[in-house]
Amino acid sequence: MDRDDLLSLYRQMLLIRRFEEKSAEMYALAKIAGFLHLYIGEEAVAVGAIAATRPDDYVISAYRDHGHCLARGSDPGKVMAELFGKATGLCKGKGGSMHLIDLEHHFMGGYAIVGGHLPLATGLAFAAQYQRRTDVVLCFFGEGAVPSGQAHEAFNLAALWKLPVVFICENNRYGMGTPVQRAIALYGDVAETARSYGIDAQRVDGMDVLAVRTVSQRVVDQVRAGKGPYFIEAVTYRFMGHSMADPAHGHYRTKEEVDEERKRDPLVLLRNTMLEQHLATDGDFKVMEREIGGIVADAVAFAEASAFPDPKELFTDVYAGD
Amino acid sequence: MVISYREALNQAMREEMRRDDTVFLIGEEVGYYQGAFKVSKGFVEEFGPQRVLDTPITEAGFTGLAVGAAMAGLHPIVELMTFNFGMLAMDQIVNNAAKIRYMSGGQLCAPMVIRGPGSAAHQLAAQHSQSLEAWFSHVPGLKVIAPATPHDAKGLLKSAVRDGNPVIFIEAQLLYATKGEVEEGEYTVPIGVADLKRRGRDVTIVAYSKMLLVAMEAAEALAQQGIESELIDPRTLKPLDLDCIVSSVKKTGRLVIVEEGWRFAGLGAQIAESVYSEAFDYLDAPIVRVTGEDVPMPYSRPLEDAAIPDKERVIAAVKDLVGPR
Repeated sequence: MDRDDLLSLYRQMLLIRRFEEKSAEMYALAKIAGFLHLYIGEEAVAVGAIAATRPDDYVISAYRDHGHCLARGSDPGKVMAELFGKATGLCKGKGGSMHLIDLEHHFMGGYAIVGGHLPLATGLAFAAQYQRRTDVVLCFFGEGAVPSGQAHEAFNLAALWKLPVVFICENNRYGMGTPVQRAIALYGDVAETARSYGIDAQRVDGMDVLAVRTVSQRVVDQVRAGKGPYFIEAVTYRFMGHSMADPAHGHYRTKEEVDEERKRDPLVLLRNTMLEQHLATDGDFKVMEREIGGIVADAVAFAEASAFPDPKELFTDVYAGD
Repeated sequence: MVISYREALNQAMREEMRRDDTVFLIGEEVGYYQGAFKVSKGFVEEFGPQRVLDTPITEAGFTGLAVGAAMAGLHPIVELMTFNFGMLAMDQIVNNAAKIRYMSGGQLCAPMVIRGPGSAAHQLAAQHSQSLEAWFSHVPGLKVIAPATPHDAKGLLKSAVRDGNPVIFIEAQLLYATKGEVEEGEYTVPIGVADLKRRGRDVTIVAYSKMLLVAMEAAEALAQQGIESELIDPRTLKPLDLDCIVSSVKKTGRLVIVEEGWRFAGLGAQIAESVYSEAFDYLDAPIVRVTGEDVPMPYSRPLEDAAIPDKERVIAAVKDLVGPR
């Protein structure tokens, strides 16, 4: 990967980071309501994996979905407007933070029942196989979904029918406040769950965007070639609380632990690599900060200036033809 | 042409799969076994295993796969071996299929049919004898169809495949072998339009699916006693053809609703509420419901018989409502 590739990865992670920080701010100002789950700390997973996709590939995620949506190329203004519940949002304000959907960018959501979107991912992949297309599906989910029944049913069908789907487990080590050790029997090797269905699996450092990117590219190429599904366990960490409803640390994990993990901030890791290898200067990052700051400020301004949905919209989009 | 309800379903799916290669059939035993109730007889031979997919016994998994495939542009027909097993797929049906169009602001949709038998058969006991149409009818985004005749089964299933929405299509095990006239050649029956099965002046009876046959027998017996029933099969439960029911009630002034499902919060309660709202002043007496009893279905034959509406109960309800003639 050359300098431009690395700067592009950094830029996407920075966009997600600043977008999420601004979202938290807007939540505190009550501009955003409902449940808001931030992706801060986990940026390298979405950015590294999605960098390996083509525009016609499908990406699907759970409720912590801002990062995947932005990495897929969605307009930050439309994403912020959706969080504000405005008519100009990606889903006309009907979806919200947990249901971001952007068909134009083949970002298929945004699902808030843990485990429930894994079968959908197999269906998207089935459609590609059925129509003899070569697109693949990237399905992101937290490790909390792994022991769910629907995940197992999806793993089995995907393996049975050799569906072109990459399951990407974002193992941030806590399902809300419950650590993996108290939730998953095979917590020491979550990917073993997939292997038990005959799905090839690999663990990757989810804080290292270059590692994620490298593994994902190999896996996506393999899956696209018709070798069946694959499972990537990206070991990561969320720096914030589960949602805006809880603090970054509390009864279930210590401040010391969070501080320790923050030393492996994915943005810092990539920046240090680039500086060490003289692929970028502090000046480059400063310029980028300003640019991203402007994009995020514009996104907020767009969301602010946009109108709420017309009351008539309450009854549209329930059925075809509405 | 007289064919069975089973054959009507088979023809509908066969015609739709020949018409549109994005239509495929998926479910347990739909392929080489020919369907648990032989509805898909000959399908795997004609369309191949790529379009007639036998699945493992994982309703959430394969229903969810079908929802995802529909979101990507295919038109799945999901066969649930029975709707009792569909409860395992409720998350996919309710949270994904029904809501995706709305949540996405109209960007995505799940055009698909989820079909199979509901209601009791003969002594299948508590877990295999349930009428769950009220569950599905409660959910915005779903359409619910429960045809009683081969003609309607064929025409409505074809409409359901083409509808563009997730459609719950509830059959009945005891209807599969029943026979009836269907039109020659291709036809569809529109979703949301009731069928007036019999005209009468004294009372309106609304009944659907298997209970339509019970109500028809009751209406014939009542006619011999001088009570003329107007019998309506809504065919589609959601959207409900309320206009048809209301205009009949305005004429007869009396309404009996027959359903096999549990009484409490059953579909008939909704029909009654809708009719009260629209035609209260035309009613000469409170609406009467003949329903399944609020108990898990017992196995023992006499107990099962007592739990399900039959001809005698419908006759008694109508006579009680209409009064002495």
